Amino acid sequence: MSSPDTTDEGRDRAVVLEDGVAKTNDPVSSAIAQPGATTRRHEPGEPPRTQLPEKLYEKRKAVHNKRIDGPFRRFKWFVMFVTLAIYYGTPWIRWDRGPFAPDQAVLVDLANRRFYMFGIEIWPHEFYFVAGLLIMAGIGLFLVTSAVGRAWCGYACPQTVWTDLFQHIDRFVDGDRNARARLDKAPWGPKKIARRGFKWSIYLIISLATGGAWILYFADAPTLFGDFFSGQAAPVAYITVGILTLTTFTLGGFMREQVCIYMCPWPRIQTAMLDEKSLIVTYKDWRGEPRGSLKKAKRDPEHFGDCIDCNQCVAVCPTGIDIREGPQIGCITCALCIDACDRVMKDIGRPRGLIDYATLEASREEAQGHPAQPAWKALLRPRTLVYFGVWAGIGAGLLFALGTRSHTDLTVSPDRNPPFMLMSDGSIRNSYTLKLRNMESRPREMEVAIEGLPGARMWTDMLNARDAAPSLTFNVPADQIRTVRAYVVAPSDTISSEFTFRLTSVDEQRETDGVETRFDAPAGGS
Amino acid sequence: MANKRIDAPTGTETVGHEWDGIEELNTPLPRWWLWTFYLTIIFAIVYVVLYPAWPMVDKATAGVLGWSSRGELAEEMRVADQAQQGFRDQLAQIPIERLPDNSDLMARAVAGGRAAFQVNCSQCHGSGGGGDQKLGYPNLNDDAWLWGGDLKAIEYTITHGVRWAGDDQTRQSQMPPFEGAFDDAQLNAVIDHVLSLSGKAKPNAAGAQTFADNCAACHGPSGGGGREFGAARLNDAIWLRGSDRADLKRQILNPRMGAMPAWGERLDPVTIKMLAAYVHSLGGGEDFVEVAKDPEVKVDEQP
Repeated sequence: MSSPDTTDEGRDRAVVLEDGVAKTNDPVSSAIAQPGATTRRHEPGEPPRTQLPEKLYEKRKAVHNKRIDGPFRRFKWFVMFVTLAIYYGTPWIRWDRGPFAPDQAVLVDLANRRFYMFGIEIWPHEFYFVAGLLIMAGIGLFLVTSAVGRAWCGYACPQTVWTDLFQHIDRFVDGDRNARARLDKAPWGPKKIARRGFKWSIYLIISLATGGAWILYFADAPTLFGDFFSGQAAPVAYITVGILTLTTFTLGGFMREQVCIYMCPWPRIQTAMLDEKSLIVTYKDWRGEPRGSLKKAKRDPEHFGDCIDCNQCVAVCPTGIDIREGPQIGCITCALCIDACDRVMKDIGRPRGLIDYATLEASREEAQGHPAQPAWKALLRPRTLVYFGVWAGIGAGLLFALGTRSHTDLTVSPDRNPPFMLMSDGSIRNSYTLKLRNMESRPREMEVAIEGLPGARMWTDMLNARDAAPSLTFNVPADQIRTVRAYVVAPSDTISSEFTFRLTSVDEQRETDGVETRFDAPAGGS
Repeated sequence: MANKRIDAPTGTETVGHEWDGIEELNTPLPRWWLWTFYLTIIFAIVYVVLYPAWPMVDKATAGVLGWSSRGELAEEMRVADQAQQGFRDQLAQIPIERLPDNSDLMARAVAGGRAAFQVNCSQCHGSGGGGDQKLGYPNLNDDAWLWGGDLKAIEYTITHGVRWAGDDQTRQSQMPPFEGAFDDAQLNAVIDHVLSLSGKAKPNAAGAQTFADNCAACHGPSGGGGREFGAARLNDAIWLRGSDRADLKRQILNPRMGAMPAWGERLDPVTIKMLAAYVHSLGGGEDFVEVAKDPEVKVDEQP
């Protein structure tokens, strides 16, 4: 920018000076706005600007990633098979819980508001376990990011796994990188239509399986599977499958890396969480630059670095970026470029690791000639350990709570209207609604007793007052809450006071729960 | 305005307004927005055809689907009623005194009765069935019953009401006013005697005599009450209209007597059964005792 005081010689001709205000021909676009850009308005009298604003949007360039093999690719295969197997297979695992509970190992039973996970059953009031798991998942992502950068993005994220799967389909149907690029450019004809039709039907089948597997987590899998294909499943099942099929088909089949770059918030958050000590996929430019082909490098070995500019790292990249441009939002750190580069380095007889997992700090040191640090050393640092501590602490807390929780619970709500009444013999009666909770998947006998109210006896709406007793035993169905109306009668000289309902399970567990509540009487405390 | 021009840097037409040199570009709406807008118009047209839309003088246009929120509610009510039909049929068939044998049916009847009670009965008897001593609405939670506390008696009382002119089978009785019949001494003596029946005062011979002459016919020689006339029991702790001397005096001289509509006119028998079950379940319900056949009478079954 020039100021009005600048002398004429050396003046930027793109800037027009008018009334002491500098106006520029530079494009005015928010994307490249400089401080003061808003004051440099284009006046009608000025000559038309030579440059137009930069385009804010770019048409997607299809990514045709090349096949590659190597340790990271194999690891990626492994993670893909494990995660897909977990996703598709889990609903089919059976878990015997006896006759009163479903036998599906992992089941989110929304209708009955129960969540089953192997030996654990969670009721809605224990939702803090799920919240705790979600917090653990969140902190787990922090932990992983601080330790190994965007490893979640690179290996385990569903978007990555399904994109990878669909890219393998591409390769299976259309051939490798070059063949796919050729077919993309080819005009539409019967052959291309057939190819595309075939490929997209495979996409669709995978998408349907993906959407279909989701609903199996919410009902008995074999039953729902049968019902789904015989048209007897609930409409919500079909709608869910339809939506998830559609999202899998579009997000995995077509949008792919654009989801990571434009839609997903997580890369942005991770970018903020990475620091110079996080492991990321790094191109070691001090070793590679300046690039030159093998021939050039042979002629002038002094001038050129290790990178022979073969573009293999770009060719194999599933998001189509060039890692040599430095860390960037499009890099999901899947490390396939490391596999590709190592292979090339081996072929041309140079040491591996021109592209490698490294922290920025280690890179700086390495560039200055210090020996390379082993990557695992980057894992042990306070930030990572603190994350791990918090994560493990919450996990241990949840396990403790899970281990010590009671499967018996009692809640009491006293009647407010009327608060008390007299019986014909002058004794005083109060009414209560008791809720007896049995969280075991078998029916249990539970005894409710009155403590701290001398001479009190109780009966219920289903019992005769004649059968009133200081304690009553109820059969609570498996995995249910039983509501009982309890009438407590105490002698006429009883005054208002607190007393306790004591619930005890009549089995070898003898689980117990006490609830203090109030007995109202015409006389006594307020 | 005429001053429209093409803004050179952006190649966009301005809207033609200018405020202190500030102009506005006439940027067209995004295409997706425009298409969404057109879609909403199409949706609106389809909606107007299918559903009630334009308000007219009496009511809105009907729409070809014939949908209405009242109709939807009626349909939902019909479905809900249908879902209850089996249970209601069962309840209609079972004699009410047999209801406690079927605890499942009993529980459902109590639940249904609770809902019906809140709608029909709570206005007088209170939402918890606690009644009102000042106004003389009986408390239904306790074990004192004017007309009987077993399921069958409760059902009868609800069906035919109490002192209800429109029903000739209604629970009927009349306590005569004793205004002028006693002098003060007699009155005090008989009040003392009544209170002594539940231990609230010392017994006295004069009061006992007056009671035996005037009251015992209905209330029983020891004040045990008489359910055939709805005569209150006087020897217990429960006083429908208060246990003060003044309360008793007023009640003797100029008795007030409650009335209850005959609900058989308004509610169907099944709802009344449910109400009876609910009231019976409030804690004071009595067992139904079959009237024993006179052992002396030999029933000759062979004619």
